[in-house]
Amino acid sequence: MENQNYEPIKKVSIIISKGSLVDVYPGLIMANGARMEGIEASLFFTFFGLDAIIDKRMDKLKVPTVGNPAMHMASILGIIPGMSAIATMMMKREMEKLDIPPVREFIEMIHDAGAKLYACKATVDMFHLTEKDFCEQVDGVLTVGEFYEISAGAQIIYT
Amino acid sequence: MIKELNGKKYELSDDGYLKDWKQWDEDIAKAFAEELGIGELNENHWKVINYLRDYYEKNEVSPSLRKITKESGVSTKEMYSLFPNGPAKKAAKIAGLTKPKGCI
Repeated sequence: MENQNYEPIKKVSIIISKGSLVDVYPGLIMANGARMEGIEASLFFTFFGLDAIIDKRMDKLKVPTVGNPAMHMASILGIIPGMSAIATMMMKREMEKLDIPPVREFIEMIHDAGAKLYACKATVDMFHLTEKDFCEQVDGVLTVGEFYEISAGAQIIYT
Repeated sequence: MIKELNGKKYELSDDGYLKDWKQWDEDIAKAFAEELGIGELNENHWKVINYLRDYYEKNEVSPSLRKITKESGVSTKEMYSLFPNGPAKKAAKIAGLTKPKGCI
């Protein structure tokens, strides 16, 4: 590739703001991919994105079947009880085939790869959460100001 | 691209990986490790290299980092300390395999 003239990316800060299974994975894949290329990576979980690091919820994220035209299915079918569970199960199976780990294992992998994981202070306060609600890989709760501080020199990616 | 080492010629791909994994030997592994800034290969490096070569022989593709850590007995943390700044790519190169193609 003709990239010799550009400075390589050295650091990324990835924001995960939504909590469904399909919303969480892109950010996790990008963070892990960054570390595999030797790029420094921080993950910042905000609003419903926090579900990916809440110990009691992270194993139960679902694929939404309503309000998503890319599902190529009438929304009216999506409201049938159990549809989301079926879609979730199918997606998890496909991901396993590609060697994409479940959320909890992925979070551990990314943490062990040296990325930092942070929860958003405003959301933590809004949902009345404490540090005990999070999985052990979480490095701390940050205000938006602190997030910008640790992101000095980084590319910020919002998902 | 041709790399010459101790009188033996190795054919490399454009991105610097060995073109034919069967051309691999310990000398080229050591030379690649030096080139990648890893220095002397220790017992754990060899554990990963041997696992990768076994896997490639059976599957004809480089394993994902997840697979390496699950099957070779070397953890994610160790992989990053053995092969800093690019565990899957660096390990594959030293083991004489092609550049890993997966995203994980």
